[in-house]
Amino acid sequence: MMDVYMSDAYNVGLAVLVLVLAVWTVVARDSFAAVVGFVAYGLLLALVWLQLHGVDVALTEAALGSGLTGALLLGAASRLHRTGRPARSQRPGRLTHLVAALAAAGVTAALGIAVLALPDPAPTLAQETAANIGATGVYNPLTAVLLAFRAVDTLLEATVVLFALVGIWSLAPDAAWGGRPGALQRVDPQGPLAFLARVLPPIGIIIAVYIFWIGADHPGGKFQGAALLAAMWLLVIYAGLVDTPRTDRRALRLALIAGPVIFMAVGAAGIVTAGAFLAYPDGLAKPLIVLIEWALFPSLAVTLALIVAGPPERAEP
Amino acid sequence: MMDATTLFGLCAALLVGVGVYSLIVNPEPLRKIIAFNVLGAGVFMLFGVIAYRGAGAGWGGDPVPQALLITGLVVAFCATALAVALLLRLFSEAGSATLVPERPPSADDDAASH
Repeated sequence: MMDVYMSDAYNVGLAVLVLVLAVWTVVARDSFAAVVGFVAYGLLLALVWLQLHGVDVALTEAALGSGLTGALLLGAASRLHRTGRPARSQRPGRLTHLVAALAAAGVTAALGIAVLALPDPAPTLAQETAANIGATGVYNPLTAVLLAFRAVDTLLEATVVLFALVGIWSLAPDAAWGGRPGALQRVDPQGPLAFLARVLPPIGIIIAVYIFWIGADHPGGKFQGAALLAAMWLLVIYAGLVDTPRTDRRALRLALIAGPVIFMAVGAAGIVTAGAFLAYPDGLAKPLIVLIEWALFPSLAVTLALIVAGPPERAEP
Repeated sequence: MMDATTLFGLCAALLVGVGVYSLIVNPEPLRKIIAFNVLGAGVFMLFGVIAYRGAGAGWGGDPVPQALLITGLVVAFCATALAVALLLRLFSEAGSATLVPERPPSADDDAASH
């Protein structure tokens, strides 16, 4: 009984904290403070995912939703810091505030009613997943869904990640095209950041590969592992120990497309061998899933890191 | 006490509300990007609640919506990164990061500002 009350209190506290941080990102005067609030918000959301029994989602939220997005927004906030507060004429008037409050209240009320009226028993595909997971050879149901039952989603997702990078690169000034992303980092080589960038990556790389490898049977997988691997690379870059790669290097371009290309090739082979795009022949599902995962993991890590690094800015070799 | 479904479901509805409000009233583009992510997190949490209710076959949640959530988080990250890149490019071109279009000054503007 005591445990039930404890976990109730924990859940209520968590929900309240998440809401407070969400409001903080709105009311904070300084963009930098808002971004820091958003990072904390993402980490608390990861705890909510644990309470909702989504361990895989919690890992993704912590690594991508809070970690990489946080790094991206912090970088943007520090670059935009010079702009200061918007002029008074840009700030919305009282009428806009009222309309916004009404719109927000309306949406919240509609969603709240929907939450209270959710159908009972809840519709679920868990039984169907359980009935068919044996054919895939993996034991983590999410990996089975991502790479077998709904593999097309994952293929499109890997393509979206690549297209996002193409979109970001295409924002490079003409003079910098093909050059190195980001400003040159000038960091004290004996400072704490350089120290962290020497100590953390060996541990981080092992954890990233571990999270990736156990994804077949336990919570984890390529996206979570790749995000962590990308974070380790970015740490070494921001500490000034290595520079970002030139974006016109052929090896880099190959690393970026290798994952999606192999994924598509396996999918196309399915048309011949199993009668449908992305269908796996009997008994070969597990090795093909492992092949796709191994191909996507490094490609995703490089792509995610370069997405955070931004468009090329320096033309020098 | 409330069960986790209702609690986090209502929390998600409120997060979406906070996101919508912030998206409209915050004039700074970076704050709009953050607001969009706050809103998105609310939508994801609602979907997570639906996955949690669909628990079965010995799993804590319905794996299909949970897998879609992972896809959603990755795509949201990509959209955020592209938006940030567009914003920084606008800033480096125009020297300011504002969504207010530049108009030739007129009598109305002079009266409205200062």
